[in-house]
Amino acid sequence: MNIVVCVKQVPDTWAERKLKQGDATLDRESVDGLINELDEYAIEEALQIKEAHEGEVTVLTMGPQKASESIRKALSMGADKAVHLIDDALAGSDVLQTSYALAKVLENIGFDLIVLGAESTDARMGSMAAMLAERLSVPQLSLASKVEINGTAIKVNRQSEDGYWQVEAQLPAVISVVEKINEPRYPSFKGIMAAKKKPMQVMSCADAGIDTSLVGLANAATEVVDFTERPPRQAGTIVKDEGDGGNKAAEFLVTQKFI
Amino acid sequence: MLVERMLPSAEAEELVALAHGLARSELKPIASQYEAEDRFPREKFRLLGKSGLLGLPYPERWGGGDVSYEVYLQVLEELAAAWMTVGVGLSVHTMSCYPLARFGRDEQRDEWLPAMLAGDLLGAYALSEPQAGSDAAALSARAVPDGADYLLSGTKAWITHAGQADFYTAMVRTSDDGRRGVSCLLIDASTPGLAFGAPERKMGLTGSPTAQLIFDGARVPAGRRLGAEGQGLKIALEALDSGRLGIAACAVGLAQAALDESLAYAAGRSQFGRPIIEFQGLEFLLADMAAGVESARATYLEAARRRDRGLPFHRQASIAKLVATDMAMRVTTDAVQVLGGAGYTRDFPVERYMREAKVPQIFEGTNQIQRMVIARALRRTLQNDGTLRNSGTLQNEG
Ligand SMILES: Cc1cc2nc3c(=O)[nH]c(=O)nc-3n(C[C@H](O)[C@H](O)[C@H](O)COP(=O)(O)OP(=O)(O)OC[C@H]3O[C@@H](n4cnc5c(N)ncnc54)[C@H](O)[C@@H]3O)c2cc1C
Repeated sequence: MNIVVCVKQVPDTWAERKLKQGDATLDRESVDGLINELDEYAIEEALQIKEAHEGEVTVLTMGPQKASESIRKALSMGADKAVHLIDDALAGSDVLQTSYALAKVLENIGFDLIVLGAESTDARMGSMAAMLAERLSVPQLSLASKVEINGTAIKVNRQSEDGYWQVEAQLPAVISVVEKINEPRYPSFKGIMAAKKKPMQVMSCADAGIDTSLVGLANAATEVVDFTERPPRQAGTIVKDEGDGGNKAAEFLVTQKFI
Repeated sequence: MLVERMLPSAEAEELVALAHGLARSELKPIASQYEAEDRFPREKFRLLGKSGLLGLPYPERWGGGDVSYEVYLQVLEELAAAWMTVGVGLSVHTMSCYPLARFGRDEQRDEWLPAMLAGDLLGAYALSEPQAGSDAAALSARAVPDGADYLLSGTKAWITHAGQADFYTAMVRTSDDGRRGVSCLLIDASTPGLAFGAPERKMGLTGSPTAQLIFDGARVPAGRRLGAEGQGLKIALEALDSGRLGIAACAVGLAQAALDESLAYAAGRSQFGRPIIEFQGLEFLLADMAAGVESARATYLEAARRRDRGLPFHRQASIAKLVATDMAMRVTTDAVQVLGGAGYTRDFPVERYMREAKVPQIFEGTNQIQRMVIARALRRTLQNDGTLRNSGTLQNEG
């Protein structure tokens, strides 16, 4: 089975994340880049599916040069090969454009199953699975907390707030996974050494047949008009318990509209 | 704080990043609680094993990582910075594999080393005894030949991982010939006649078990002797040269953690209307802490690079151990000072760091013994130069 995992490099969630003053895009230079957390679960799931059913796991990343670090990490976890879509024309692309670009590459490299994390920690749109499914005319099975594959049938538990749906489809398909699905492995030292020798294909827009007049900040369908930095944290409210602590705490929660 | 390192390759960078990430999410969050409960994180060693971190500086032929000491020690430093018990544990495990890797015959290495390096097993190193600490050559636990076996009796003391380890690399007396009467055995933990004392109740490093090994008629096949009969003390001391580099790296990691904690606190705490980090009295303290950490790191790395190139590093290893562990004691003590009253409470980790910093000054040769080793090595260089030609009193080095 040909499994493709889409992996995004995002700013380290432990560091302070900032938007750039000029074009209101994310400042990716000043902080360390990491694999988007849910994408690690996607990689893990792809590896587990491969281990159970044979096949090959390809990592697909769109992003600047720096994103190759995340590709190498995915390869050292055990993915077999990688495709890096890199082109200055893509800078500033929004989710619609990104889904267009990724879909172009996916059409190029072929797939039986596409695995995504349910959302990214930076943009948090959570819509990539739907957009890719639409563009590629394949079913989407999103928010999966469990995946079962039987021949060309795929069945997932689709997590919702009060339980899960069981949804089924035929491959090829797109799935997105939630945190509950597995426990991502750490890369191993042997994996790190092996990653060096794994094929990594670099693609430009031209290579993938992407029309550059449809991508990039200037052509985006959405625009960040304005932003303000998060205000510094305020000192908390201290409730002194003089026998009526419970009431006071409840009153506070009411003023904050929590209850 | 992410330590700025100069690593030799992209793979080394990824390896250290792997250790850093693993330490940050798997070790640091639970360290204080485990230490408070005297709990040994055996499962975390399995995780390190799965990631290939328990055999890094040994040959690939037996499943090791073939990593230089320069790189291995920085991995160790990252782990120790998150949790000293784990750093020290990895260092001890690595040392416990050394006698087999270096002095074992190929049949012996083929049989045991892959499992020891693969990550499921944990090792211990048993040299000290109740009456033989600094004076290791005075050890008296006996191994008497009996057919194809040795029969062991006696007590090993202060053994890190006692009761938790799967194998013990132990020095035992096979003849009364003083320093030349010691042999090195690789002992399986399940050997009948091997029992363990109650864990010592320690000042710090309470997650790491330290206890006695008690041999009472334990039968160990002679085929498990590493090196020649009588070679044991030489093997033990050679293993310690590398082990001391490990302890130096752990001490630097611990001090780095104390420095990081101090900086974060000093930046966030205000007195007299200003963050306390702006007061010169603290600035100089923090600067001295950083200078201590970074110069000790440079010292152990220099010794490691000598080892990696096959140059003698015996004196340099002792200097690194001495400098790094004395530095860590000072820096962790200063960290408590930076945090003031908060530093003295168990709500912050620095008082624990301070307690943990004490023991590296003691084990793997006390710092008094390191000074002896260094001074003797200095005298030997003079002697080799011919300057000290007739000084007949040069002792053997313990
Ligand atoms: C937590 C912990 C873990 C340990 N783990 C291990 C382990 O895994 N394996 C193992 O084999 N051992 C282990 N040890 C033992 C450790 O190596 C010894 O405690 C150490 O070598 C000192 O020996 P001692 O305690 O008998 O002290 P002593 O040798 O009695 O020393 C007492 C004091 O006298 C000083 N002194 C002794 N001789 C001289 C001299 N010639 N000149 C100047 N000063 C001198 C010492 O520096 C020290 O200050 C561990 C110890 C501890 C505390």
